Amino acid sequence: MGTIEVGWERRSAARVLPAVQPRKLAKVPFVELADGRLQGVVSSGSDIERVYVSSVVAGSHAFNCSTNNNRPCGGLRGAPCKHLHALVDEAILQYGVERVARYLRIDVSDGASSGSDLLVRLNGSHEPTPAAVVFSRFLRHLAYLEVPGSTEPLPELHWFPATGAVD
Amino acid sequence: MLATQLAGLTAPDPAVDPGIEEALDLVGGFDDAFTHGFARLGEQPRAALAALAGAVAVTPLGERVREGVEKIVAGSLADEHLTALAGGRAALLGAVHDALLARLDGVLGRSRASWAVAGPADPATPPDNVLAGCRSWLRELAIAGWRGVDHDLVAASAQTLDAVLAAPSSRRLAVLLDGLAAELRACCPVATMDRLPTRRWADLWSRALLLAQPGGWPVATATATAVSGRLLPLGADVHEHGTAIQIQVHAVLEPAGDAAPRLVRTSVSAAKVETITGPAVWRLLADHPVLLGALAKRHAVEITDLPLLPSGDLLWRDDQARPDAPADPFATARLRLPEAVAPAVPPLDRHPVRLAEPVLLEDYSTTVDDSGGITLELGGNSLPVDVSRLPTCAPLTPESVARSSACLGLLRWDAGRWRLQPLAVQYTVKRATAEAHTGDWALGPTDPKVVKAEAKAGDAVAVLRERAGRLLRR
Ligand SMILES: [Zn+2]
Repeated sequence: MGTIEVGWERRSAARVLPAVQPRKLAKVPFVELADGRLQGVVSSGSDIERVYVSSVVAGSHAFNCSTNNNRPCGGLRGAPCKHLHALVDEAILQYGVERVARYLRIDVSDGASSGSDLLVRLNGSHEPTPAAVVFSRFLRHLAYLEVPGSTEPLPELHWFPATGAVD
Repeated sequence: MLATQLAGLTAPDPAVDPGIEEALDLVGGFDDAFTHGFARLGEQPRAALAALAGAVAVTPLGERVREGVEKIVAGSLADEHLTALAGGRAALLGAVHDALLARLDGVLGRSRASWAVAGPADPATPPDNVLAGCRSWLRELAIAGWRGVDHDLVAASAQTLDAVLAAPSSRRLAVLLDGLAAELRACCPVATMDRLPTRRWADLWSRALLLAQPGGWPVATATATAVSGRLLPLGADVHEHGTAIQIQVHAVLEPAGDAAPRLVRTSVSAAKVETITGPAVWRLLADHPVLLGALAKRHAVEITDLPLLPSGDLLWRDDQARPDAPADPFATARLRLPEAVAPAVPPLDRHPVRLAEPVLLEDYSTTVDDSGGITLELGGNSLPVDVSRLPTCAPLTPESVARSSACLGLLRWDAGRWRLQPLAVQYTVKRATAEAHTGDWALGPTDPKVVKAEAKAGDAVAVLRERAGRLLRR
């Protein structure tokens, strides 16, 4: 998260989260660092109606991939499948490699920049986790797009200035 | 803003500064006490809370805050006691806000309306069980302290948040809690963080607890008056977190008839997701084409019967607005801003973070330090620029600010100092004068490189809607 300035603790508008970078969403519509996991939804390359739910647990590095109906991913044979690769690649685009590594507790002090770099440093194995939890997080995420806009002032947003032109 | 005015703003003021410092120290004591939670307070945090109670003892809040501190120290963390503490802290920050604004108005010679109305209670108050759910989560945070926040505690907010989000009358609370929860989620487990944003998180926690009081807040819209006239935009202040975007336009209103011009704000906001960011955020506000057009094309707007709140907030109705003649925001700032009457600040909104007074600075020189910090120098006085507030949805860059000779911006105050948040600059590039405004891309980016990057990334909203449509139909 870069260097923290003097007096940061005493700033009301202190920046806590770095600005998220926009990315193409078609392949991986949803990525998040939440519930102690890097988790997300990856579109199937062959079936437009199907999505995969992929996740990596922070700390233990246990990983999983299955369809949203909980059918195990065929590409997962003891090692991360292409969906997990896509998930980590897109997470790095969105959050930056440093933030993803810190959250998952992967040591990147020897230099890592790509999704593959992170995945080879995982020391966990495949452990099934229910896809439903992640999938419902995705649906909740999508629900924001249905919340109507407003013209009443939201004074609380003064605590949340738009940032990002400067790192 | 003249050099003498800037000197007046930044020079030490022995009549006011010690009081501000003392109030902020008391607030800081509360903030530090929150770190390890109120459930097991050590000697120092107990003393800090007692000092806070002492500071507000002679105010109408005095008795409740004293009792609240007493009970919390004894281990009883009931809603009402936590609320009393949050109220005491807010009162101190309100006083700091008032002192700073009075000083700012004094040096600028800005006249300001005084607060005269107390709004009636909200008729469309959020359901009490929803508010109670919020208070209960906030109480859990107070018990755990920031250091005790883990994934489970953050995840516990999800259901409450869904309920608040679903109630339009609690939009302010929803946006606030969502922003706080996202920060806590990203920082989990907080115990492993080197440093904590203690002022900020205590601000957000206290404000949320006050907004979640049973019965809701007085509704401002009930006290609106209808205004018509010509609106001359000064600039757009952009607010954003993962799931919300708000554009707050500062403008001078020339009311129909011969009433004095007024300084007003008008805000439009939308819910979003964090992958919709950068210039794409403007598309979420496309329901307001007249307002966005006025920003992008820099023209005035003729408005008819728009509700104006006592807080100076104009409630935007795009169908009651139509484009008027071109209006240069710099000219508006030079000619109309000095005589415009500023609005009063609603008592419950008084906090230094809300200070955002439009000013024009000209004929300064700029210096850039090693870490990229920019400072404006004017007649031997200096004003730091808050470059971290430059948004990605606009062509305003640190480079254009560093090369600028005129800057239209908002004066902000945080952590003991004034900073300038640029809304627009006039700068020199290849011996020609150029301008960049935060609202320049309101109708879409105008920089070919940005247009290309946007086209390549695709329409995030459309992609997510397509996915949502397919998956939600089942
Ligand atoms: Zn897979």
